Amino acid sequence: MKKEESKTTKKISRRTFFRYSASIGAVAGMSTILPAYAFAGFKDRDVLEPSGAENVLNLSISEIPIKIDGKKSKAIGINGTVPGPLIRLKEGEDVLLRVTNELDEDTSIHWHGIILPFQMDGVPGVSFDGIKPGETFEYRFPVTQNGTYWYHSHSKLQEQLGHYGPMIIEPKDKDPVEYDREYPILLSDWTFESPYDVMNNMKKMDGYYNFQKRTFGEFFKDVSEDGFVSAFKNYTSFGRMRMSATDLADVTGATYTYLMNGRGPESNWNALFKKGEKVRLRFINGSAGSTFDVRIPGLKMTVVQADGQNIEPVSIEEFRIGIAETYDVIVEPKEEKAFTIFAESLDRSGFARGTLAPKEGMAAAIPVLRPRPVRSMKDMGMNMSEMNMDGMKMDGMDKKEPAMEGMDHGNMNHEMAGMSEMNSEPVKHGPDRHGLGAAAIADNQYNRLHEPGIGLGNDGRKVLVYNDLKSLEPNIDERMPEREVELHLTGNMERYMWSFDGKEFNEVKGPIEFTQNERLRLILVNDTMMEHPIHLHGMWMELENENGIYNPRKHTLLVQPAQRISALVTPRDKGRWAFHCHILYHMEMGMFRVVQVSDKNGGIYE
Amino acid sequence: MKSLDNITKQNHKTLTVSKMQKRIIKKILLVLLPLLIITANSVNAQKAPEFSNKILPDDKTYFYFVADRLEYYSIEGLNPLVADVQGYIGKDYNKFWFKAEGEFLTAEKEGEMEVQGLYSRPLTAYFDLQAGLRYDLAYSNTGNNSRAFAVVGLQGLAPYLFEVDGSIQVSDEGDLSGSFEGEIDLLVTQRLVIQPRFATSVAVQEVEEFGVGSGLNNIQLGLRLRYEIKREFAPYLGISWNRKLSETADLAKLEGADVSVFGVVAGVRLWY
Repeated sequence: MKKEESKTTKKISRRTFFRYSASIGAVAGMSTILPAYAFAGFKDRDVLEPSGAENVLNLSISEIPIKIDGKKSKAIGINGTVPGPLIRLKEGEDVLLRVTNELDEDTSIHWHGIILPFQMDGVPGVSFDGIKPGETFEYRFPVTQNGTYWYHSHSKLQEQLGHYGPMIIEPKDKDPVEYDREYPILLSDWTFESPYDVMNNMKKMDGYYNFQKRTFGEFFKDVSEDGFVSAFKNYTSFGRMRMSATDLADVTGATYTYLMNGRGPESNWNALFKKGEKVRLRFINGSAGSTFDVRIPGLKMTVVQADGQNIEPVSIEEFRIGIAETYDVIVEPKEEKAFTIFAESLDRSGFARGTLAPKEGMAAAIPVLRPRPVRSMKDMGMNMSEMNMDGMKMDGMDKKEPAMEGMDHGNMNHEMAGMSEMNSEPVKHGPDRHGLGAAAIADNQYNRLHEPGIGLGNDGRKVLVYNDLKSLEPNIDERMPEREVELHLTGNMERYMWSFDGKEFNEVKGPIEFTQNERLRLILVNDTMMEHPIHLHGMWMELENENGIYNPRKHTLLVQPAQRISALVTPRDKGRWAFHCHILYHMEMGMFRVVQVSDKNGGIYE
Repeated sequence: MKSLDNITKQNHKTLTVSKMQKRIIKKILLVLLPLLIITANSVNAQKAPEFSNKILPDDKTYFYFVADRLEYYSIEGLNPLVADVQGYIGKDYNKFWFKAEGEFLTAEKEGEMEVQGLYSRPLTAYFDLQAGLRYDLAYSNTGNNSRAFAVVGLQGLAPYLFEVDGSIQVSDEGDLSGSFEGEIDLLVTQRLVIQPRFATSVAVQEVEEFGVGSGLNNIQLGLRLRYEIKREFAPYLGISWNRKLSETADLAKLEGADVSVFGVVAGVRLWY
């Protein structure tokens, strides 16, 4: 099967593509014994379930040849595929996941969003020593949750090379979500360049992969639409601050091919349905550098789960999925026709695409990419009501008049800020401008939880916003936070430095200290002009979006530019946990911290 | 084990309550010991590495080289080749920065060049403070002329996205001078870029053997249109005007050289 497929993919072009999918359908139609999710795009890879007395499951990491839309390359596969096999676990079981490294460099697997003993969390240098070539590491942990998750390498840039896979944990009780059929849809990005070259390129040239910058042509177009004064002011305000209005993604479609379950847009990943069925699509963004906007033209989607946690169903037409986030949606196609599952990259430089159809080999119209948006003054942290010029001084060189009216962060004088600032006046930035690691700061910080994000929500579609997320089950800890921990997301695009509070990871002396079972508020302020998906390992972040004990639990928060977002955290498991931006290159550049959860005596071991 | 033997050898009658307790505790410990060994191997007791902030490549050394101008300058008389290259080796906070600029005649043995080796450290988000040494050499059939400088300068990105580089230097003869250049990239399309360039230099003392007068020495204005076939490789065409000023112009006139030079340039911008 695999051989036959690789032969056909070799010379695939748009013209031959329909015939190609049809031939696959013929084979797939016979394999009725496979579970529903194994149809189509998953038929050539394993669905792994633990077996035996110890619930063992074996994974091996190795370099493999792959083809992306017919073009050959080398990837890091798990059990020989990209993405890796779908791992299915059951809530309540103890599992033993054995990972063998067949690479000639160290590797690791991090189980993203899974609550487990920190030694099993899979971050080399933080939770364990990594897996040396030829060695096998045994991950043992009790499965205490359910939902859609994923797993990926936490070593070097292996994630960009295909080292990721989906993971589904079945609930031990009845699933509150009803569905007839399910598919994991793992979105990711692929580059035929070496990711290490990609990193070097961005270090050496700001905007290396941005081929959607503003040009003379666009300036004249904006002049004709908005008038000269307005257009000139807009362009010069970005210029004055040495910012790019088109800074939407560091790595773009200029080098990326966007994948849906490992297939490029031309290889059309297929999912099947029968008319009237409820189909559960489990979206996972396993990208290294891409945020996606997902829609299925012709179908409403009901979001039922976010980051593996059931939420009150929300009916929407489009949603943005940050890197490492997951969203489960239910669709109910009422017609016997094909629907395109369309995932546009945030910067509109490309898309991943698949087809949901009653039978294999069908395709529906592919939407046109929408025009790429531009950053706004609000994204730069300006005061939208005043638009004062003080707010426009964004650089350490001009810090004659820092915004002294801002609050001291880290102290308690804005208690309950997370709740009270909603839809009200922006919070001012404190006097600390984070040094040269921060090219800019958000002088004014906005809640933005009701905003779908840049480029969304202005074309009549109902788009999911963070305020829509309301947990189905209440959170256990009803305590008010005893203290606050505030972290600022900072960066310098020109130097390609990324950090928290202006400090790269190599510049900090120790971990961020949490105490076991304390109740704290984690405040994240995005001082940059880009979205950052911030992931906290080992514990849930209960996003404060005014739902009280029904605040949604997230493992990854996509923080918008100039956004001030807060989450309540109860660190239950001791140990050292990674906390970082999930844009792989930002993490590698130092937007990373270790959170240490200790007991009252300072111990991190049981 | 030995202590347990001792306990069992003891007369039960003489055992005090506290000894009884000790005995029980030891028995319990004996049972627990294998259990403890097992748990020591278990997941929760596995030792993780000590905290380290050296686990990411966020303090990596990079090497960068850019030939901003490698061009043929078509002017009246002999057409020189012009090179303007620089680069660094280093990390975010500490770099060795090198710069070299020169004009060379191919038909005759004549040319001038300056080479700089600088320590470069970020001062602000966008500017590096640079300090080091510069060596100037002018050579021709009639002989060589050279001088050395101590240099301090600022290089970076100014508001409105101007790439600027300014420095002041003191020569080994104690002569003080300064230089400045700035350029900006304006996009016609995503790959077609217009780059206006401005450069000037100023000197406090006259240095006749280098044709440097006191006061403003010269201004250079250039306009280059490049096409980025790749980001790293962009051929260009342009114009360049070089005007000597005040006393420097007078010195040039005395030597019979042109005060104002205008010509077309053709070259390539490349980096690695």
